Amino acid sequence: MSGKLKIHVDQEKCQGHARCKSLAPELFELDEFGNAHEIGDGSVPKGLEDKAWLAKANCPEFAIDVTED
Amino acid sequence: MSSHAPVTDWVHDFDHTDPRWTENPFPIWDELRAESPVVHTNRFLGCYLPTTYEAVREIAHDTEHFSSRRVIVRDVRPEATGVAPPITSDPPEHKPAKQLLLPPFTPDAMKKLEPRVRAICNELIDEFIADGKCDAAARYTKHIPVRAIAHMLGIPEKDSDLFIKWIHEILELGIMDDDALMRAVHEMTGYFAGHIEHRKKHPTDDLISTLMNARDKSGQPLSDTHVLGSLRLLLIAGIDTTWSAIGASLWHLAKTPADRARLIAEPELMPTAVEELLRAYSPVTMAREVMKETVVSGCPVKPGNMVLLSFPAANRDPAMFPDADKVVIDRKENRHAAFGLGIHRCVGSNLARMEMTVAIQEWLKRIPDFRLDPAGRVTWSEGTVRGPRQLPMLFGKAG
Repeated sequence: MSGKLKIHVDQEKCQGHARCKSLAPELFELDEFGNAHEIGDGSVPKGLEDKAWLAKANCPEFAIDVTED
Repeated sequence: MSSHAPVTDWVHDFDHTDPRWTENPFPIWDELRAESPVVHTNRFLGCYLPTTYEAVREIAHDTEHFSSRRVIVRDVRPEATGVAPPITSDPPEHKPAKQLLLPPFTPDAMKKLEPRVRAICNELIDEFIADGKCDAAARYTKHIPVRAIAHMLGIPEKDSDLFIKWIHEILELGIMDDDALMRAVHEMTGYFAGHIEHRKKHPTDDLISTLMNARDKSGQPLSDTHVLGSLRLLLIAGIDTTWSAIGASLWHLAKTPADRARLIAEPELMPTAVEELLRAYSPVTMAREVMKETVVSGCPVKPGNMVLLSFPAANRDPAMFPDADKVVIDRKENRHAAFGLGIHRCVGSNLARMEMTVAIQEWLKRIPDFRLDPAGRVTWSEGTVRGPRQLPMLFGKAG
């Protein structure tokens, strides 16, 4: 059984490809330079788990971590 | 067009200006990849080519051993090639130069530009739709990015032909002809210097003024050389790259009715399809210069050589992408490197995506059925940026 998911964008790795924001705008936002970070504390609301995994799988910089509580 | 000797041994003597590479590079990359993650040629005064996604990724992330001071692989390596920050910058100069350019190119900023791009597409289609056919490269894809970037920079859209001429001279002729390259750089510099001068008396609200008003960390305005270099970069990088990406997308859709029908039936698939078209037909190959000896994917790499940093070849690596040689418009996992990897990620990636999306959407709305004209010939550009330069199409159902 899977627990609650949490996402995190590594600011050292993110280069602003913005793929996560395009695929999961509910979970990621961009700063003024277009670099991404997770919204709030990165907790993934129920029903958005697939989007979290999809964002991770499309990040060209391998900057997104998805962890299970 | 190439004046180089034809290639007989791709593995030890590759040449990205060979007509066979220009026409169909994919089997060549597969052959080289099967041989080694990094291959070398003595052409271009010595040059490596990473052939796998992993090798390309390693080099793109390694700014210690690989410099961006030269970003085009050419026959010559003259001392003073025009700097165009941030693309020709290495750390630590790179980051501040890039941060100046990033805010005008965020996805939100692109949303504001989108209506103008949609209008440009329709103005272009109006000019040829009644003919029932067109050269889509000459009449459509070529004009969209140049007009969009002119609009952003605040320079007249009607100067487009001039920009396209410079870009051809720099990116294609310039590989072998240094005079052509220098002449084009000189003309561009003069052109932009005039626009900068004008804005000193008549300030505007465009990208040229943004750069003129930018201040560095110590509060000083950027040097004229920096501003002019960045303006040249935006024009060069923003035009034939996206021209190529839109052209290759329409070329694919012209010969793949099933994908066309699916995109019309499922418009929500467009963002995923655009990423896949970017992967399969990535237009841009960059370059690095080896500064220090190192090892890439187990292969020794020596200073004095250039590196042809082929993001397009990386994107065809089957170790990274299952069915790498197939266009799968609903591909779920797609970490493609079409816009580069690491600190030099293309500053205009959000602009390019928006232009591609809008250009394909508007074309499909007005011309849902089209195919390659069997009486014509598709030709591809040579060298650093690959895309259709002649793309003859017939409209309507095949009858």
